[in-house]
Amino acid sequence: MNIVVCIKQVPATTEVKMNKDTNTIIREGVESIINPFDMYAIEEALRIRDRLGGKVTVMSMGIMTVSDQLREAIALGADDTILVNGREFAGSDTLATAYALSMAIKKIGAVDLVICGKQATDGDTAQVGPSLAEKLGVPHTTYVRKIEDIHDGYIRCQRMTEDGYEVIEMPLPAIITVVKEINEPRLPSIKGMMRSKKAIIAIWNAENIGADKCRCGLKGSPTQVIKTFTPVHDIKSESIEGSVDEQAFRVIEILSAPPAAK
Amino acid sequence: MEYFLTEEQQMIKDLAKRIAVEKIAPLALQYDDEGIFPRDLMKILSESDLCGVYIPEEYGGLGGGVLEMSLVVEEMSTACGGMTLAFAGTGLGTFPIIIFGNDDQKKRYLPDIASGKKLAAFALTEANAGSDAAGIQTTAVVDGDYYILNGTKQWITNAGEADIYTVVTCTNRAKGARGFSAIIVEKDTPGFSFGKKENKMGIRASCTRELIFDNCRVPRKNLLAREGMGFIVAMKTLDRTRPGVAAQALGIAQGAFSAAVKYSTERVQFGQSISSFQVIQHMLADMAIQIEAARCLIYQSCRHIDSGQKNISKEAAMAKVFASDVAMKVTTDAVQIFGGYGYMKDYPVEKMMRDAKITQIYEGTNQIQRNLIALEIIKELKS
Repeated sequence: MNIVVCIKQVPATTEVKMNKDTNTIIREGVESIINPFDMYAIEEALRIRDRLGGKVTVMSMGIMTVSDQLREAIALGADDTILVNGREFAGSDTLATAYALSMAIKKIGAVDLVICGKQATDGDTAQVGPSLAEKLGVPHTTYVRKIEDIHDGYIRCQRMTEDGYEVIEMPLPAIITVVKEINEPRLPSIKGMMRSKKAIIAIWNAENIGADKCRCGLKGSPTQVIKTFTPVHDIKSESIEGSVDEQAFRVIEILSAPPAAK
Repeated sequence: MEYFLTEEQQMIKDLAKRIAVEKIAPLALQYDDEGIFPRDLMKILSESDLCGVYIPEEYGGLGGGVLEMSLVVEEMSTACGGMTLAFAGTGLGTFPIIIFGNDDQKKRYLPDIASGKKLAAFALTEANAGSDAAGIQTTAVVDGDYYILNGTKQWITNAGEADIYTVVTCTNRAKGARGFSAIIVEKDTPGFSFGKKENKMGIRASCTRELIFDNCRVPRKNLLAREGMGFIVAMKTLDRTRPGVAAQALGIAQGAFSAAVKYSTERVQFGQSISSFQVIQHMLADMAIQIEAARCLIYQSCRHIDSGQKNISKEAAMAKVFASDVAMKVTTDAVQIFGGYGYMKDYPVEKMMRDAKITQIYEGTNQIQRNLIALEIIKELKS
């Protein structure tokens, strides 16, 4: 089983600070980590490999410091790592990111399964996994909480929904994005950490992966971030009391009131 | 303080610390309360390669020594000195094989211990052989290719959980301590059973039982070194594991100290945090001084031992005595700083004070250690 895990470097905080002028994340002075959801993706890939054999390649697109996170993946047990890096990728939105990653995966060749975390804790879009599947032209399932079975040719997994789960079977190659319910990520091992110190991380630029530069970075990113904010849920609730008739009357009153008065 | 650890030692220490914070601390109070043996922790240590830090590389370990073992014990003990004992007790049962095992014995037992597949234990103490270890009554009598073991070992750490036991027996009563022999006994050997689980004051996540030998037949190839070497095997082993007890004590002290410092800045009395009172500040300062001094002595003793020095008994004993006395003092003071809350099981320092006590007692009481240190000093003067 040839598995690729796509990871993202994120700030080690849930309170992401934004630069108000450029609307980009302030990364200075904040420790970087592997996106927590991607840790579950790495763990699941390692478990499949340990069971069925094969290879786990961990990939990321980003600046050179992302190699720290890729080294951590090696310490956890990944066989290989690739950093898609270059000035042409700067300012990529989720579309351009998915495009670049898809080109890199195509360069790897025969990949059976791609695993991503369900979303990143900084951008929170949850778009790259599904976009990547579209770019590669393979099926995908999001919010996977359990892989029931995986064999040559197909995967059956449980997709978490708000009130339970769906069982979805897909032919391979395919992409899944995983939720934290899927496993408990392991800690790194000493031998893995020693190996990660010496490991050589492959660096691929746009030319290496045969990417069209117009579809990379800012040029390839139609998304424009106008403003970022945490939505405030300020719902006023009212407890309706009284007799059944009185309660019904009040409900009708509320429902028939013009929107502004609600 | 900078202790000039190698990159690998620092890696080991950092990883053990992470395990303490993420995996041990959240379970420590429950495991203590319910006396749960930390099988799951051993699995984590196994996956992290930490089970074999002190085992030679050729037998699947990381090739470290007493210092590496102590670093793991220290960091894990900051969260729970009891759960850590599954690892440390295995070290105690393994060092006899590392030091005295022949190649066949090492190949048979060390790789499984290094990988975390098997745990080990060491059995010296008996009901009438505590500080006076020469009073051992468990016998091993030759019968063809076998030894027949009879007797009962007491208060054995990891008993019932471990797979490999190094047992000190008497093979020749007439020779006294020179008639002892150390024999490896595997769990599930017919005639080998365990007594009830002891109900202890502290280190309650550690399993302590009797080993009962009733005409237990053990292959003669399981003899460590030679017949008559049992006492030497025990003493040379303890020289290498006492720094581990010291590290356990240090970790417990550090854990209690960190909790006390944090609490003192949060607890408000008379309108200010109690850390603003000089009486508390001086207590914290004294605790910090003692902990750092213990750490210096332990690390340096470990380096002394790992460098292959011939005389190591005094240094190992000094580290054990000093660190365990520090642990008792520091944990008691930590409870004092917490006041009434410290006496409650809802806070961690009560457990740490209970856990600290054993470090002054086992692997040779501190009184016996002082005898040993004094005798070594007098011996040095005469030589």
